[in-house]
Amino acid sequence: MHLFEGVTPELIVFILAGAACIAGALGVVLNSNPVHAALSLVGTLFGIAVLFVAQEANFLAAVQVIVYAGAIVVLFLFVLMLLGVDRSEDLSIEPLGGGQRIAAGLAGLGILALSLLAFASTGGEATGAPASADSSNAITTSSPDVAQLGESLFTTYLFAFEVTSVLLVIAVVGAVVLARKVKRAEYVTDPLIEAASASAPEAAAEVSG
Amino acid sequence: MIAVAQVTPVWYLALGSLLFAIGAVGLLVRRNPLVMFMCVELMLNAVTLTFVTFSRMLNDINGQTVVVFVLVVAAAEVVVGLGIIVALLRKEPSATADDITVLRG
Repeated sequence: MHLFEGVTPELIVFILAGAACIAGALGVVLNSNPVHAALSLVGTLFGIAVLFVAQEANFLAAVQVIVYAGAIVVLFLFVLMLLGVDRSEDLSIEPLGGGQRIAAGLAGLGILALSLLAFASTGGEATGAPASADSSNAITTSSPDVAQLGESLFTTYLFAFEVTSVLLVIAVVGAVVLARKVKRAEYVTDPLIEAASASAPEAAAEVSG
Repeated sequence: MIAVAQVTPVWYLALGSLLFAIGAVGLLVRRNPLVMFMCVELMLNAVTLTFVTFSRMLNDINGQTVVVFVLVVAAAEVVVGLGIIVALLRKEPSATADDITVLRG
């Protein structure tokens, strides 16, 4: 006779990964040091990757770790180190004041309550139609999920896939434009600089110099 | 002997909405633009978890395909967003979200 009868591996995995997710998410919101917040974000991302594996989305779990933990968080940390803004903030005065903070908490509780209510109203079942077993988008155990994902991506969603390449090019061009050093003469009509020089002339001169 | 409930997909959905709510509160409460951005990433991740869960509930691979697109959009968004933040913080290293008022009417 086991003490904890009915404890499945999935339950243990869910509790551990879910705890990592929630602890990481709270760490992002509550840490006064942005570097610690970025590292807490890694905990959440790994927890979600583990939950992907638990739901047999193995390829997405790998992509989650590589793209999010490997690229996006490193980009965050890179910007933090580049700008030297890794000082701590005083969270008792830095965030919004009392009334707005309470309003934000109520908004979060409202979002949570609304979605839990929606899950309860359907009895925990998805209302959409499940994929029929013989359709191409039904998940089968005979082929790996990456093969099915690739087939879906390059047949049903081919046009959307091609459009994302345009989106990525736009993002790269936008990043280059934002990072470009502009010559002094072009700065004169820059509204950001004018606004900055109106408030702090010597700081603006230092930037444009 | 303690009877333990089985993990149903609703647990994953509830966790996803909890993460989304935490991210939303963080976005509203924090004023450091980088931390606000991390909260947006939290919300995006909560939604991808929900998509994967629905993909499993409905036995449909297209839910996972949508997650790939969410990842692409998140990567593009981070590139442009961090570019804007770098350009902003270079001018004023201690800028918070309250200082970004150039577009105010």
